[in-house]
Amino acid sequence: MSEGSTDPDSALRVLLDAARRSDLGLVLLTLGLVYIVATLLTFSDGLDSVVGLLRTLTFLGLVYALSALALNLHWGYTGLFNIGVAGFMAVGVYTMGIVVRSPDPAIGPPGFGLPLPVGIVAGMAMAALVGLLAALPALRLRADYFAIVTLGISEIIRLTLQSSTFDTFLRETLSIGTGGGRGMGMPSNPVRELFLVGGAANNPTALGELVFGTLGEGGLGIANTILIRWAYVFVLALFVIVFYVFLERLGRSPFGRTLKAIREDELVADSLGKNVDLVKIKVFMIGCALMGLAGILWFGSQGNVSPTPQFMPLLTFYIFVAVIIGGAGSNTGSVLGGIVFATALFEGPRRVGSVLRDTIDAPTPPTFADAVASLSPGQFLAYATENIAPLQFVLLGLVLIFMMHRRPEGMLGGRIETAAAVDLSRRTRGGEHDE
Amino acid sequence: MGTTTTQKIPSVKERPGVAIAVLFATLLFADLLAKLAGISLGPFGGALSMARLSSNLWNGLVVGLVIGLAGIGLSMTYSILNFANFSHGDLVSVGGFTGWGVAFVVAAAGQEPLGALLTVRGAGDVSPGDIGAHILSTPVAIGVGLIAAFVITALLALALDRAFYKPMRDRSGISLLIASIGVALVVRYLIQFVYGAQSRGVTGTVDESAFAFPFGLTVNAHQLTIVVAALTLMAAMHYVLQETKLGTAMRAMSDNKDLALITGIPAERVVAATWILGGGLAGASGYLYVLLRETIGFDFGWLLLLLIFAAVILGGIGSIYGAIAGGVVIGIVFTTSTIWIPSDFNEAAAFAVMITVLLLRPEGIFGGVSTA
Repeated sequence: MSEGSTDPDSALRVLLDAARRSDLGLVLLTLGLVYIVATLLTFSDGLDSVVGLLRTLTFLGLVYALSALALNLHWGYTGLFNIGVAGFMAVGVYTMGIVVRSPDPAIGPPGFGLPLPVGIVAGMAMAALVGLLAALPALRLRADYFAIVTLGISEIIRLTLQSSTFDTFLRETLSIGTGGGRGMGMPSNPVRELFLVGGAANNPTALGELVFGTLGEGGLGIANTILIRWAYVFVLALFVIVFYVFLERLGRSPFGRTLKAIREDELVADSLGKNVDLVKIKVFMIGCALMGLAGILWFGSQGNVSPTPQFMPLLTFYIFVAVIIGGAGSNTGSVLGGIVFATALFEGPRRVGSVLRDTIDAPTPPTFADAVASLSPGQFLAYATENIAPLQFVLLGLVLIFMMHRRPEGMLGGRIETAAAVDLSRRTRGGEHDE
Repeated sequence: MGTTTTQKIPSVKERPGVAIAVLFATLLFADLLAKLAGISLGPFGGALSMARLSSNLWNGLVVGLVIGLAGIGLSMTYSILNFANFSHGDLVSVGGFTGWGVAFVVAAAGQEPLGALLTVRGAGDVSPGDIGAHILSTPVAIGVGLIAAFVITALLALALDRAFYKPMRDRSGISLLIASIGVALVVRYLIQFVYGAQSRGVTGTVDESAFAFPFGLTVNAHQLTIVVAALTLMAAMHYVLQETKLGTAMRAMSDNKDLALITGIPAERVVAATWILGGGLAGASGYLYVLLRETIGFDFGWLLLLLIFAAVILGGIGSIYGAIAGGVVIGIVFTTSTIWIPSDFNEAAAFAVMITVLLLRPEGIFGGVSTA
């Protein structure tokens, strides 16, 4: 850090900077738009479901933003085409689960019974370690081979966690387990204990009583569980800010500029005396640790994890779509891409589909063949809106193709990315912070 | 990449990874012999019947030929169009569904409702036994289905190329790869939309459809059909590539694109032929894979894709013979690895072999001849 950057920006300054360049404003604006549309879609169902839907949308937006930020470090900054994100997330979540779970649980596999923070750090460390093992040999490969290797690794991780033999082996040797295909229950969320003593539903803490009394069932009438989940969403928002600040600062450091140099031309970076291999290994490990943390914050908060529906390669592609929509290389773009992907492409279509379905006055044919055979546009639309899930993926695919055709640089691409240590444009405006 | 060293004559000192891999393979082979002989020395050896080994090898060969058949197209698009096509697995699914739809119609048109037949039992209440599609009872239907799978998938592959890949011909391999992930999503979920998400059985049953072979091996009629069909298609492909002008042009394109263009090879026509042949073979392999597994689900090709990649990489990208051989190796690894490791790891073992080959010999085990 010493030779290049003038003075290390404080975290607050980076935030203010973001707001000034209206990045934060952009994110809040998007979120506001999403909220307005979501409210319009559900306001007739009452306050409870509006608040609940907004929570779901914000939660998904933020976890995708976290994952997209982590992937952006690999793909956007360094040009490492890692399509094994799901695997690294699984490693983080499972390690956290094993470290924190009680050694003698009522149901599910036993663990080490250590405190939650230890578990989170262990999860990140393990994800970084697996990243190291993957990176050591694989980083020498061409980008497309590297992609296939990381995809293979993520599948090997998933199949291993899925395997009952591996579970039995762990139980016999270390007396811990993964739960195999049945999955593993996650430790209870500490946010819940902020509101409820010991997490028990009928025993609120002082803070709990205050919140439940004003906004919850004793006041405005929002379900208490939704309020607790909202509190967790604020924790996630905090983590998004931490990720953002960390990655922004990393990107502006000499290390970050080396990353971008590697992305643009590896040979040149190598010739200029940068230790390309070492830098790549480091950045791969950092990114994997962040992916592990994102996985923990996401899946670790959802009660139960199991390898097969949750950590399929499709998850990785979702996160990729988020990064690509936002624009690879831009952290704000990643946050924005995460939010847009989760709301407009992931959760939005099914909500809109079910609202549309209610407006169509026709019976739903049981299958596509019946829908076609009915020769009635109404019935066909009924089938389409009832089966919106596959169509939503078709839309996702079309968006991805469209982005690659028309705007491969993403929504926020086309911005000028400063490679210099000091902001050159600021200097011309008179400069308030130059030496 | 700039950091890789050029290949020299490998010695143990220069390539310790290869030495370890060879040592490991030798150990496994010695262990296999010990197991067959019934010798047991600590963790080494054990008991293994010849019947089990021969049936593992045979099953591996059958599934390997299907994977290899699918791999030919992937290898061709990889070398001629220069990108890893992630939508190839879903072309395999398309062949499975459309081919079996046609096969069902030929087998049972008039007896069962057309909608149920065309959607491969997605609609209506028809059991596989009612349709009774089986190579011994309805050979014509099975044959027509295979041809339909080839033709329809080839046309779809061509249409997808015109719509999605043609506008980005000059872009980088990674851009095309990402676009192909989008195409994969579109195709896979249109299949789900049309045919439904339910996984279901397709083939009927026929008494005495299995034949006994030496070494305690039993072979069923569908496995034999698959081997014959796959080998025929592979031979046809070999003929097209080696003996026709089109094949020469394709090999030239994959060898050196610029040189091929200078000599006046019509690039777009070669690309179209690549999609037709590669897509058609993918469709045929999907059809045969369903014949082998006797069930069909909307994402079966996607789930197979990584194994197909493994086969192509193993054989060396660009070589169709490599893809076939790689497919057989992957198939045999898939089935025989259960001798040493639990069966929930056999897919992982195939991926591990793929990763090892990529790391130690990225040009493929057969030397990476990128022509033909």
